[in-house]
Amino acid sequence: MTQIAAVGPKPDAQEIRYEHPSRLTLTRRYLRRNKSLVLGLAIVIALTLFTVIGSLTIDTEKRAYPLAVKPKQPPSAEYPLGTDFFGRDLLAVMVRGIWQTAVIGLIAGAIGTGVGVILGFLSAYYGGVVDTIIRAVTEVLLPIPAFLILVIIAGSIDRKSVTIYTMALIVSLLAWMGPTRVMRAQVLTLKERLFVNVARLSGMSNLEIIFKEILPNMLPFILASFVSGVFAGIFGSFGLSVLGLGPLREPLIGNTIWFAQQQAAFFNGWWWWPLWPSLALVLIFVSLTLINVGLDELANPRVRRTE
Amino acid sequence: MRLGYLVRRILFLIAVVWVAATIVFFIPRLSARNPIRERFAEIARSTGFAPKDLEQIIAAYEVKFGLDKPLLQQYIEYMAGVLRGDLGPSLTRYPKTVLELIFSALPWTIVLLMLTTLISFALGNLLGALASWPRSPKFVKGLMAPLMMLQAVPAYLLGLLLIFFIAFRLKLLPMGGAYSQGVTPSLTLEFILDAARHQILPAISLILASLGFWALGMRGMGITIQGEDYVNFAEHKGLHPRTIFTQYYVRNALLPQITGLALAFGSVIVSGVLVEQLYGLPGLGGLLGDAILKNDYFVIYGITLFVILSIAVLMFIVDLIYPLLDPRIRYESR
Repeated sequence: MTQIAAVGPKPDAQEIRYEHPSRLTLTRRYLRRNKSLVLGLAIVIALTLFTVIGSLTIDTEKRAYPLAVKPKQPPSAEYPLGTDFFGRDLLAVMVRGIWQTAVIGLIAGAIGTGVGVILGFLSAYYGGVVDTIIRAVTEVLLPIPAFLILVIIAGSIDRKSVTIYTMALIVSLLAWMGPTRVMRAQVLTLKERLFVNVARLSGMSNLEIIFKEILPNMLPFILASFVSGVFAGIFGSFGLSVLGLGPLREPLIGNTIWFAQQQAAFFNGWWWWPLWPSLALVLIFVSLTLINVGLDELANPRVRRTE
Repeated sequence: MRLGYLVRRILFLIAVVWVAATIVFFIPRLSARNPIRERFAEIARSTGFAPKDLEQIIAAYEVKFGLDKPLLQQYIEYMAGVLRGDLGPSLTRYPKTVLELIFSALPWTIVLLMLTTLISFALGNLLGALASWPRSPKFVKGLMAPLMMLQAVPAYLLGLLLIFFIAFRLKLLPMGGAYSQGVTPSLTLEFILDAARHQILPAISLILASLGFWALGMRGMGITIQGEDYVNFAEHKGLHPRTIFTQYYVRNALLPQITGLALAFGSVIVSGVLVEQLYGLPGLGGLLGDAILKNDYFVIYGITLFVILSIAVLMFIVDLIYPLLDPRIRYESR
């Protein structure tokens, strides 16, 4: 926008000045209206800053693991969040735990959305047998509570070898059916639009149409699906780790709560131990939901009018 | 046509259950863990009792449970057993059968999940309908944002925070367990009251976590119904607002929510599993968690099958009652 305004003829002083707000101004104005998006992003940024500043200032490599500090200390000036039964500094545990939990969510969200986009395109764009198979498989798998299957998978593998990456893979195994369905529906409506027909008549190849015409129009949906995927990934990995099925050597938010429960932290009066991870997770889940509501408004402007 | 639809629906649900059962059957078998060996190792750890001919005992048990046969044969035999209603023995709590374990745990789960789902469905839909109703007081609309936040938080976490604030800090309610220690379960009023007191916090955490789902869905439906001609017509006819609200507004907005009820059942069970685990309740969730830690295949199979079968049956029931609720839908050719 700014470039166009700058290249045009020099504005005359007498001429009526039309407002050409820059993209930045437009974005800022939009964000003022979309409060949930702003609030959600603000929480995510705050959490990111917490982990970045935390890992730069604290020795998380050492203090987030057992026997690093004095155990069972309540929050104090030396240990702002206290320490746990195993002698881990909870501040360092939180810094590292939030980061690694986020990594699991991001990987799971990316895999689920990526597979969903590919299958959705194959299914809707090419139709036929491919469509029938993909649709049948998604329809049959969707009603099965994915978490039950995840629990069984996670319970079957050797617990000592589970890393945060295997965890992310397990969680994303059953996370692609929802995105596939959404993407398929989107492609089906988009491929009948006039601009796609024009592109086809003007001799664009299928791949060109997919990448240049359809995909850009689906970005808000892909983004929303990614955010839901991250949410589901963190949700799933949290569920697994509070059952004691996650990686136990690496600090995660979920397994910090599990360890606290195992040692009966509330019963013994070490209330700070499970409290911080719980609050961190509440913040993560709430911020992702807010972002999703905001993205929904961005993608379907009609929702705005009903507010 | 109606019959054709029902048959197709039944075949679909059978496919869902069969696929789930097959996935669930094979996954634990791919692992190198041996539940019988682990059970003996545990006994050896806790009692110091370690039989000399351990390998033979383990082999004998494997023959007894049919675990020495080829996997495919075990699969076919297990599925045949399921069709006869036989879910096999528990590997780690032998001689108890899986069915016995499920039935002893089931009442706890049914009471907790049924009650919370119904309360949450009724309350959530009422709040959602009121929030979209133009005449309702402002504070109802203000409730939507907090409900949306709560809905984002897993019931397990809400449960943990409730334990901290209400049971640990304020000491108002017990921190966990299904009934007080030293009480034997019986059908006396005293016991039921005691058990009910222990169910309050788990119930609240499940209700709070699911309320927003119903409320938001209902509000969305209500908003689309507001502009409908029949609502305007009812208003101009001079009907009492309450009649319009219940007969015209809620009745129509509720329909998709009822379909949602069958689908939500899956997630209700999952949060139920975690909440039962958190509060140490003796329901299906606690049983499943325990079975997974010990890799007791048959209990895992049994509970998963049971859960998925109940979801399929519920989906089917919703299909059946839907035309009764919505006179516009008939499963017949027009």
